[in-house]
Formats: sequence, structure tokens, C-alpha cells
Amino acid sequence: MTDAVTVHHAATEALSFRDHLPALQVLLPLMGAPLCFLLRKAALVSFFTVAISFACLAISLTLLGQTMGGEILIYEFGSWPRPFGIEYRVDITNSFVLVVISLVAAVVFAAGPGQARRSIPVGREYLFYSAALLCLTGLLGVTITGDVFNVFVFMEISSLSSYILIALGRERRALMAAFTYLIMGTIGATFLLIGIGLMYQMTGTLNMVDMAVRLQAVSDTRTILVAVAFVIVGISTKLAVFPLHQWLPNAYSEAPPIVSAFLAATATKVAYYLLLRFTLGLFGAALIFDQIGIDILLMPLSVLAMFVGSIAAIYQTDFKRILAYSSIAQIGYMTLGLSLATEAGVAAGLIHLFNHALMKGGLFMVAACVMWRMGSTHIDVMRGLGQRMPITMAAFVAAGLALVGVPGTAGFVSKWALVTAALENEAFFIAFLIMASSVLAVVYIWRLVEIVYFSEPETDFEVKEAPLRMLIPTWTLAGMTIWFGLFSGFSVEVAEAAAKQLFVGLAGAGA
Amino acid sequence: MDLLNHLSTHWNYLGCITLMMIGLYIAISRGNLVKKIMGVNIFQASVILLYVSMGKVKGGTAPILIDGRSDVIFSNPVPHVLMLTAIVVGVASTALGLALVVRIKEAYGTVEEDEIVALDRAEERRALATEGVESTDVQGGGGKA
Amino acid sequence: MTPDAQATALVSAILLPLLGAFGVQILGRFGNDNARDAWTILIGLATFSRVASLIEPVMAGARPALALPELMPGLGLGFEVEPLGLLFALVASGLWILTSLYGFGYMRGHYEKNQTRFFTCFALAISAALGIAFAGDLVTLFLFYEILTFSTFPLVTHAGTEAAVKAGRLYLGILVSTSVLFLLLAILWTSTLSDDLGFHGGINGAAPAGLLDGKIEGHAAALLLMLFAYGVGKAALMPFHRWLPAAMVAPTPVSALLHAVAVVKAGVFTVLKIAIYVFGIDMLAKDGLSDILMWVAAITIFAASIRALSLDNLKARLAYSTISQLSYIVLGAALATSAAAMGAGMHILMHALGKITLFFVAGAIYVVSHKTAVSELNGLGRKMPFTFGAFCIASFSIIGLPPLGGAWSKWFLVTGAVDAGELGMAAIFMLSSLLSIGYLMPIVVRAFFRPLPDGVDDSREEAPLLMLLPICTTALLCFVTFVYAGSVYDLLAPVMGLAVGSGS
Repeated sequence: MTDAVTVHHAATEALSFRDHLPALQVLLPLMGAPLCFLLRKAALVSFFTVAISFACLAISLTLLGQTMGGEILIYEFGSWPRPFGIEYRVDITNSFVLVVISLVAAVVFAAGPGQARRSIPVGREYLFYSAALLCLTGLLGVTITGDVFNVFVFMEISSLSSYILIALGRERRALMAAFTYLIMGTIGATFLLIGIGLMYQMTGTLNMVDMAVRLQAVSDTRTILVAVAFVIVGISTKLAVFPLHQWLPNAYSEAPPIVSAFLAATATKVAYYLLLRFTLGLFGAALIFDQIGIDILLMPLSVLAMFVGSIAAIYQTDFKRILAYSSIAQIGYMTLGLSLATEAGVAAGLIHLFNHALMKGGLFMVAACVMWRMGSTHIDVMRGLGQRMPITMAAFVAAGLALVGVPGTAGFVSKWALVTAALENEAFFIAFLIMASSVLAVVYIWRLVEIVYFSEPETDFEVKEAPLRMLIPTWTLAGMTIWFGLFSGFSVEVAEAAAKQLFVGLAGAGA
Repeated sequence: MDLLNHLSTHWNYLGCITLMMIGLYIAISRGNLVKKIMGVNIFQASVILLYVSMGKVKGGTAPILIDGRSDVIFSNPVPHVLMLTAIVVGVASTALGLALVVRIKEAYGTVEEDEIVALDRAEERRALATEGVESTDVQGGGGKA
Repeated sequence: MTPDAQATALVSAILLPLLGAFGVQILGRFGNDNARDAWTILIGLATFSRVASLIEPVMAGARPALALPELMPGLGLGFEVEPLGLLFALVASGLWILTSLYGFGYMRGHYEKNQTRFFTCFALAISAALGIAFAGDLVTLFLFYEILTFSTFPLVTHAGTEAAVKAGRLYLGILVSTSVLFLLLAILWTSTLSDDLGFHGGINGAAPAGLLDGKIEGHAAALLLMLFAYGVGKAALMPFHRWLPAAMVAPTPVSALLHAVAVVKAGVFTVLKIAIYVFGIDMLAKDGLSDILMWVAAITIFAASIRALSLDNLKARLAYSTISQLSYIVLGAALATSAAAMGAGMHILMHALGKITLFFVAGAIYVVSHKTAVSELNGLGRKMPFTFGAFCIASFSIIGLPPLGGAWSKWFLVTGAVDAGELGMAAIFMLSSLLSIGYLMPIVVRAFFRPLPDGVDDSREEAPLLMLLPICTTALLCFVTFVYAGSVYDLLAPVMGLAVGSGS
């Protein structure tokens, strides 16, 4: 692997438009956010935002195409070479995550602010869009950058804008949810900052590759061990790893469903990417697994998350809350993949990252449609919706089946990869637990299916299908969960290549 | 790198850790939302101190190039620069946090966490008691697509 | 038939019921009921003829196949017709026609609501059953297995009452959780041992080698076998049999479908197929690998028969009888001899014909006289002679008396048990036959020889013709299969490692 790596230094050659793509990936939404202020008019801003997010999608797909063969793109800002300047570093792993983020962003933003509009004063919609674009900027920036301090800054950009978006929720509880998330998120980010500081102290660099190389010499010092602890706890807070998940159910269920769709599909995914980048890339598998044994801690926590999340989801009475708790369980699957400490495990985690983004995004979009028509997502208002909103509810079934892991859906692919990875590790009991927890997923999804299809509506007033503007994004995501269940070659191959590259580590990748 | 290794005294860490714990304790234990924010602020300040103190080199001076002299020892300026950014981030999150507190005060009439939780509980109970789910538009605004 | 034409027949057999479901929806909404029902029969006949057209090539040794796009790299979906699957497909598609006919009579005689949804799900279930029958590998099999479970849920809860929904949850709960917890896990385990998950072999007189042969042994292999056996919850091995009696809340045509046509037969068919193709008969016979499974099946046979004796509700009694008969097939697979496997394969057909007749009769009684308990049947045979005559014939077939089809499968099963040196198991078969006399014959005796209750005249009051016709047909088929059992033997012989033409 190592010898095959070709590193593409944009700065040393004549720069073409194509070479600027890594920078544009982040700069486009970043510049778009203030431009929203200038455009003002709701229809114009919404079109502008969608255009920008689709441009981001196009860029990320191009980047993925360029890095698919194991190539690494380096973009040096202002052509300042590594020790001095900040560089963006695109390899197959983060271009894969970039695609996930920009894909979900493009699809979800196309639906507009949805119910969030009702808590925005008329004529101020542009603020929603600029917050959304800023959030997108932050998430893309965290993923693409090759500088650890940059990670912190972008993480805070995305977090601050996501607090705003969550606070737009319809009930006043949304404010409290956003506040709690703000406190937890800030503490988590500061933990990460402390970890980065300690790493900087030991290596004297902020560049990821340089740091990874120099860390090898000092990996057994106490400072680095403390740094590992701070970094992992900090990222885990953002990732909502059990038991640091307390903020997530409230934040995702009180936020406007459109926002939940975007955040659930992207924010935790980026955090998972960061976890992989720091543990495998910077510290290296040898330090993380062999020396410290993170896997021994992470595995029971992941399993607990799988069960606690799923069981809690069964007892919720609000659709969005069910989805939020289910997210905690699904994050458990991802971290379980990492805790298997094998390439197959990490690949399974990455496959699930992709698939879960699609299905959870789709399910929250369904919630947005329900919210739009019914004004609530309490399960009682969903009674008999199967007849009244058949298209929306069919999307719910498609994405719900994927969440359960029925063959032919994306969820089955993740589950297959994860259980196979567990069995290859001879973790037979873990494989059994994964199955057991997916039975729990059957319970909470089926409970909803019964309510939607096999019970009579409580109210008589006429309910129409959700507007087309929301239906199309919903079905795009739900359809993709089926598409990538039937033709999973793309996601599986990319995830496997990414896992391979991750295990080489940044230090091993050289250059 | 070399410069950092020459840091022989560690009392600065003690100060950081004390502040850090004070901040974290306040953020977790206080029910008043403003105090929570202050706790987080102290917590962030401790990290700023950590960074700044790690950039200090014994006998080092401000990193300004002086013509013809190569024997001057400089303090490491990078942590200071980083902390400028961190301060900005900190101010932004504090501002946002306080803005949220104002909104919470408007919506609930209090900034005490336990009272807010009690209000939420009461609301939930009421919703259960009336047994019906109102699907009417609570906050008004445009409902049409 | 060219291989292409065979593949077309294969696909159209699976797709036709889907088309049927679609048409039923349209006709049910916009047309009238007669058009809808005629459409169902038409599709049924077309499906059956497609399946039947595959008999000749398969008996000639062809294995019509069709590969679908890969689900994951190295994890392909596909169909492949082999003799056992073809037999199951014939049973499912053939009895679908009769059950539909019967269903029209029953639903109309009973003025049931939601008939359109009912016949739609019915068609979907048949499509899924055919998918199971023709599945070319474990993953495809699993996919259709789950579709079958979910498509039958609306049928089970058709009544829509609290009790029906509760029973439906139990049905779904047991079937889904066993399949996800055990079956999927077992499939995944198999995939880590063997790159190939397809069902191959059994063409030129040699039994299929088994995917796992030589790749796993000892306790691990026994554990994997049990995971498979319990994973197929539809085979209703104790203690995961509760869903079957619970599903009795469904209308009788559904019970007939569940018990004789699609669901339980899909279960035991899956067990048999896994035993033959994944493990291989030779491997199962080695080192007593299947001993535990054998005993579980034997206990299920015995315990379910005893339970059937004590039940007064006719459908519940038949349900427990089904549980016991299903384990015949599982036991046949576990005995791991060619004769026993042959008996198991034949029993899929023979039991289907017998049991569907019994359920048809139970439904006819209910429609005509609204009686559900065995103790209420006194003298009813005089009012419904044809119906009870058919019941009597089917009972004899289930018990295993010649000249009825059930005699052959039982013969092969007992022979197989003796071949395997398991005389205890042979005794279980015999004992179970006695018990089945005990729980079936009293019904016949009551109906024909007990007097009618006071005040009831003994005028003839048969079920509607639409119901009576399928009842008599299936009873007649019990005779026919006795006579033509040799053809069934010849069809199945290659996969059991027996020579064609050596039976009967």
C-alpha cells in the first residue's frame, strides 16, 4: 500500500481550477453563508443554498474520484509548505465522508426549512440558510483538513451553527435541548483542544502527518497517554458514544425535523471519522490497540449503546425520539466496528457510516413530512397515516426496513459486514449480540408500522400527502437505502480501501 | 521541540488543572444556566493558560527578529496565535449560550434548570391528562408550502 | 426447452403472483369482485403451468438458473431450480389455485371485509414461497423467507380484533426474532467458512457434497446445525412453536395456506434443503452431528401429538398435529440417510395434501354451522357426508394408511430410521401414528356415529360448491399421490443420492 501512494502536491505545479477543488469544497459554503444575508429573499436564498450544496456534492465526488486509487491530494494554503502553512489533505477516507456530508446536505437543504419556518419570523428565512451553510462548512472543514488545530476550529463552527439550528425547534424545550448540547459540546470540544495542545507540546507541529511521524518516537510518554484520553473523550462527546450520549435524544427530537435529518446524518458521522483519524491515523493502531487497549473499553460501551439505545427507543412515544435513541444504538454499531481492531471491522464501521446517514436522514425526512402535515410527530397522530400519506409512509417503510437490516436494503449490507468482521475475530458472542439488538430494532420499527398501517386514525380531518418539495428529498434518501442495498459495490469497496489506508496510518503513508 | 523539552518547572500545570476542575465543577453542579456558562468559560480559560504557558521559553523574549542578532531566545509564538482563535471561538459560544439563556428566560420565566425541568414535566402531564394530541398550530406563522 | 426458456419460466413463476397481486388491487378497487377472483384463478393457473413446465427439464438433469446482481462483492443473489425446490413450488402453486377457490367460497359465505387486501397478500405470500423454493443460495432464501413472514402478517391479523393483533405480534415476533437471531447468524457463520453459499450438486446420482463438508466439525458444527434448525422458526420446532397455534385466529383459508401451502412447508423445506445442500447427508451422519436435532424433533413429534389429543378446538388440534407432522420432516433430515431424506421430501407433498383437506373441512364446518369445537360435531357427518368423507380420507393419509399418499412418506421415513440404526426413532414414528389415530379418528367417529343433538334435523346441508370442490379434489389427490408416488421418487432421487427408478 505504502509504496503505491502517490502524493499530489498542488503547490509545486502550475495550478489549474481542478487543483483548487479541496479549498473550494470548504470555501464555497463558507462564502455562501454571508452571501445569504445579501440575497435576503427567501426563494432566492433557498435556491442559492441548494445550488451551493450541489456544487459541494459535485466537488466531493470529483475528489473521491481522484483519490479512489489510493492517491492523496495535498492542498497548501497560500502555497506555504507544510511546517508553516495549513494544508488540506484529501485521501479516500475523508473524500468518502465528504461525499456523505455533501450528499445529505444537498438532498436535505433542497427540502427547505420545513417546519423550522414556523419558528422563524417571516422574512428572516435567510438566517436559517446561512446557519445551515455554516454548519456544512464546519463539517466539511473538519473532514478535509490536515491540521489538527483546524479540526477544532471547524468543529466549533459546525457546532455553534448546529446549536442555532436546534434552537429553532417548535417547542420551547428545543431551547433547553440546544443549551444542554452547547454545554456538552463546548466541554467536549475543549477536551479535544487540551488533547491537541498536549500533542503539540510533544511534537511541536500541528500538521497531522508530521505529528503522526513524530508521535511514534514519544508514544510511550505519559503526556501522550493523557492526550489520547482527552482526545478520545472529546470526540466521543461529539459522537455521542454511550455514556456521553445524554445530549443527543433531546437535541435531535426537539430540533426541527429537517435539521435533525441533516445533523443525524452528518454531525455524528464526522465525529466518527475524527475518531478514526485521530486513533488510527495520528496515534496509530499499535499505540491505540496494542499498547493502551482502547478496544477493550470501547467494545462493552458499544454493546451497551446498542442495547440501551434500542430499548429506550422501544418505549418512546414520539417518532423523532424513537429515531434519536435509535441513532445512539447505530453509533454503537460504528464504534463496535472500530473496537474489533481489524481492517474488516473499521470497514464495516465506515459502510455503516454511509448507510446509516442515508437511512436516518430518510427517516427524519419522513418525520419532517409528518410534522408538516400533522403539526406533531407523536405516534398517536401517526395512526392510520398509511392510507392518508401513502407515499411518505412507503418511504418510512423502506428506510425502516433498512434500519432493521432486511436483505436488499443498505442496512443489511452494514450488518453483514459488521457480523462477518466479528466472526472473523472469533467474537462469536458479539455477533450474537449484534443480531439480538437488531431484533430490538424490529420491535420499535414494527410498532410504528402497526400504528401507521394497522390502526384507525384518531381524528377525522383530511390529511393530504406532504408537498412535493419534501417528498422528493425524502424518497431520494429512502430510495438510496434500497439502491445501495442492492448495489453495494460502491460503498463496500470504498470503505474497504479507506479502512486499509487508515490502518497504514498517517505516519506510514509518509510524505 | 527542543525548547519545549527545556520546560523544567511544572507549576503552571497545577494552576491550569485547578482552574479546569473549578470550571468543570461549576458547569456540572450549578443549576443556574448563566453560572453554567461561566463555568464553561473558566474551563476554557484554563486551556488558554495551558497553551500560553507551554509556549513560554525560559529566558525567551518576544519573537521579533532583530537585525544582526542570532543569539536571542524567542518564546514560541504559535500557541499564542492558536489561542487568539480559541478566544474568538470561546466568545462566540458564550454569546450564543447567553442568547439561548435569554430566550429560555422568555419562554420559561426562569433560568434555573430544576424549575425548567419541573415546568416541562408538568406540561407533559397535562398533555397526558388531556389525552388528545393537539395538532393545531401552536406558534402560528406560515403553514402553507 | 432451452436454458433461456427455462430461466424465463423460473422468473415468470415468481413474478406472475406479483402481477396477480397488482391486478387484484386494481380490480378490487375499480372492478367487481367476480373479475378480481377470476383474475386470481387465471394467474394461479398460469403460475402453476410455468412451474409444471420445469418438471421435464429438471427430471432430465437440468438446473435452470438465473443470477441476479451481486448484493455485496462476493455475495450474489440468484435462483436455481433443483428437484426439492421444484416439488415445493408445485405444492405451493398448485394448492394456491385450490385454496383461492375455497377462499372465494369462504370469504363470500362469511361476508368478510377487506377481501381485496386478503387476496393481494395471499398472492404476495405465494410469490415469496416460490422465491424460497427456487432460491439459489442461502441469502436469497433468507430474503424471501422474511418477505413471506411479513406478507402473511396482514393475513393472520385479518379479523382486526385485539386478539388477532396480539396473535399476529406473537407470530411475527417469533418468526422474525428466530430468523434474525439464529438463521442470519448461521448464514453469516457459514459465509465465513465457505465462500460459496449456493445450493449445488445432486445431478448424476451423487448426493450433494454439502458446502460445509470438511470445514467445520465437532461441537461447533452441531451448534451451527441447531442455529439453522431453530433459525427456521417456520419449521415450528419446540420450544419455538407457539406462533403456529396463535396464528389460528386467522380465517380458515389462511390457516390452510399457513399449514399446508406456504409458511410451514417453507420452513421444513428450508431445513431439509440446508441439511442436504449446506451440510450434506454424509456429513450429518458422521459423529452423530445431528443427534441433538434428532432428539429435539422426536420430542416435538411426541409432545405435540399428546397436546393435540387434549384440545377440543378443532383448528387448534389440527395446528398441533401440524407441529408434530413438521417434525417428521426435520427428523427425516436429521436421520441423515437417503431413505429418510426421501421420506422427508415426500412428506412435504403428502402432508400438504392431507392437512389442507382437514383445514378446508374445518372451515366448511364453521361456515355452515359455526361450530369450532370437536365436542360439537356429533352427527354432523350425516348433514355433510362429502365434507366428512374427505376428512376421513385425509385423516387416513396423515395417519399413514395405504392406499393414501401419506403411507409412502411414512414408509420411507421408517425405513430411513432403520437404515440409520435408530430403532428408537422408528418407534417414535409408529407411536406418533397411533397418537394421530387418537386425535383424528374421534372426530370422524363423532361425526358419523354419534346422533345429532336434539332438535336438529338431519337434512343435507353441505358447504357451498366453491368450497366443496377443493375439498374433494385434495382428498382425491391423496389417492392419486399414492399411485404416482414413483414419479415423486424419481424427481427427488438425484438429490438424495438414490438411483432414479429404484423406488416403488
